[in-house]
Amino acid sequence: MKNILEVNHLHKNYGALTAVNKVSFKIEKGNVYGILGPNGSGKSTTLGMVLNVVNPTSGSYKWFDGSMSTHDALKKIGAIIERPNFYPSMNAVQNLKLVCKIKGVAYDRIDETLELVGLLSRKHSPFKTYSLGMKQRLAIASALLNNPEILILDEPTNGLDPQGIRQIRDLIKHIAKSGTTILLASHLLDEVEKVCSHVIVLRQGNMLYQGRVDQMVQNHGSIFLSSQNIAQLRSFLNEKSFVAELIEQDSLLEVKLSSPVTTAQINKEAFEKGIVLTELAFKKQSLEDQFLELTKN
Amino acid sequence: MLRLLDIEFHKFKHSKSSKVLTIIYLTIIVVLMLTGIIPITINGEKYALSDLGLFNFPLVWHLSTYFASFLKVFIAIVIVSLTASEYSNRTLKQNLIDGLSKKELLLSKVYFTIVLAITATVIVFLASLILGLIYSDFDEPSIIFSQMGYLGGFFLAHLVFFTFCLFAGILVKRGAFALGLVFVYYIFESIINAVAKGLDTYYDWNIYDGYLVHILPLNAMSNLIKQPFTKIDLVKSTTSQIPIEGLEFTYDIEWLDIISVLIWSGLFVYWSFALLKRRDL
Repeated sequence: MKNILEVNHLHKNYGALTAVNKVSFKIEKGNVYGILGPNGSGKSTTLGMVLNVVNPTSGSYKWFDGSMSTHDALKKIGAIIERPNFYPSMNAVQNLKLVCKIKGVAYDRIDETLELVGLLSRKHSPFKTYSLGMKQRLAIASALLNNPEILILDEPTNGLDPQGIRQIRDLIKHIAKSGTTILLASHLLDEVEKVCSHVIVLRQGNMLYQGRVDQMVQNHGSIFLSSQNIAQLRSFLNEKSFVAELIEQDSLLEVKLSSPVTTAQINKEAFEKGIVLTELAFKKQSLEDQFLELTKN
Repeated sequence: MLRLLDIEFHKFKHSKSSKVLTIIYLTIIVVLMLTGIIPITINGEKYALSDLGLFNFPLVWHLSTYFASFLKVFIAIVIVSLTASEYSNRTLKQNLIDGLSKKELLLSKVYFTIVLAITATVIVFLASLILGLIYSDFDEPSIIFSQMGYLGGFFLAHLVFFTFCLFAGILVKRGAFALGLVFVYYIFESIINAVAKGLDTYYDWNIYDGYLVHILPLNAMSNLIKQPFTKIDLVKSTTSQIPIEGLEFTYDIEWLDIISVLIWSGLFVYWSFALLKRRDL
């Protein structure tokens, strides 16, 4: 079983509005996937459709190569959608027992998962007394109860304070390390960049890219330079073949590279031309830059 | 089926409102039972309600099911709040994501509704049996266990009302508004009844007695167990002394009502399922 999820031309209209436009992708076992997109790009709707809570307008999806019905497949996954949904008057253990009953698994992992998310000491407090961070961690515990084949997280750090965000991220990294397939939807790029190997980019319901994170945009990063004589530096750089684009901002020149080049080589050549560099730095293009570039138009 | 019942019972067990309302329900049943002992002093002589023969078999079956029927509102609140809170807490969505199908989710609620109706019937059966055994003037088994069809009627009346509440909870998604809807519908049916009765008297038609009383769900529900007052010896002797023309009472459960109530229960479940299936969460 290689494909965990296969999505074919999945489409959703809300009246005249197209929320998701014929999206197709595959989730393979063992990878960590990110679904990226600004707010309202159709991330949650896409997840809602494959999780059986939103009816697709057209298109189809298959869990585990179509070997079982959707609701049976969902028993083998763990998913958290937007905010944590539990019964307010039940405590953590009672809530998790209910999830065990639905998924048809034994209770023996309840304490283990509560320990993992750091809620063991509060396990007998009613859910409504929890802070948002604790609620979100309980949701992760609940998603891990059945040793899921895939963990689906939709905006897991939304609305959390910095400590809460850190705790959740550490948890995700910890889970990813154990080899669990993860699908993480987020509009926070550094979140995706830190944990994901593959990415699916959505904008206004359209899929712009799917594949490995490092191949998302073919480029070699940027070099930032500065000198006393900017004009001379600019004419020097304009002759170079590695320059794809030259941007000037606040007496700093940013060179977008079209082929790899070392800063040492640039420094040497500039010095030979009599240009003394006051600043020279290489910056790998972040996922954020790549994402903005991809979604520019 | 046991799994689905187990899931719904887990939700019921850990819900505060359902606990409170169940306790209220049981308390009222016990209090009603105790009323039989309350002594009433008339002209210096002490009587108890039990002396009126209210708890004689088989009248006790009719009387207790009739009165206990009014209490179904308490259980109905439990059903409405359990259903509607699944929407407001978004746990319905989480249940589906966790691997319950929409059909299973509705079935778990329908099964639980049936179990609640059965439980209420059993409680009333036991309460009446105890009352009867203590106070009844007749204690032959053939008399004790006669006319028990009222318990069946009691069950069906609960079933249709509970499925109606389930449907209201799913339709409206907010507990208080769903109860409001049930109440507004009750008023709506009363208005239709009043208009129909008015037309019947004016034009000498037969809309209400012939059709509406059996067709509308709440009408059919209340018509299952008819008023038992005129059956009570004291009242009976009074009315027989002063015969009023055209005043005849029937007490039997009518097949038409049973069929109507079953069809309505089926429709409410089907509509609930259709709503659940069609809606995005």
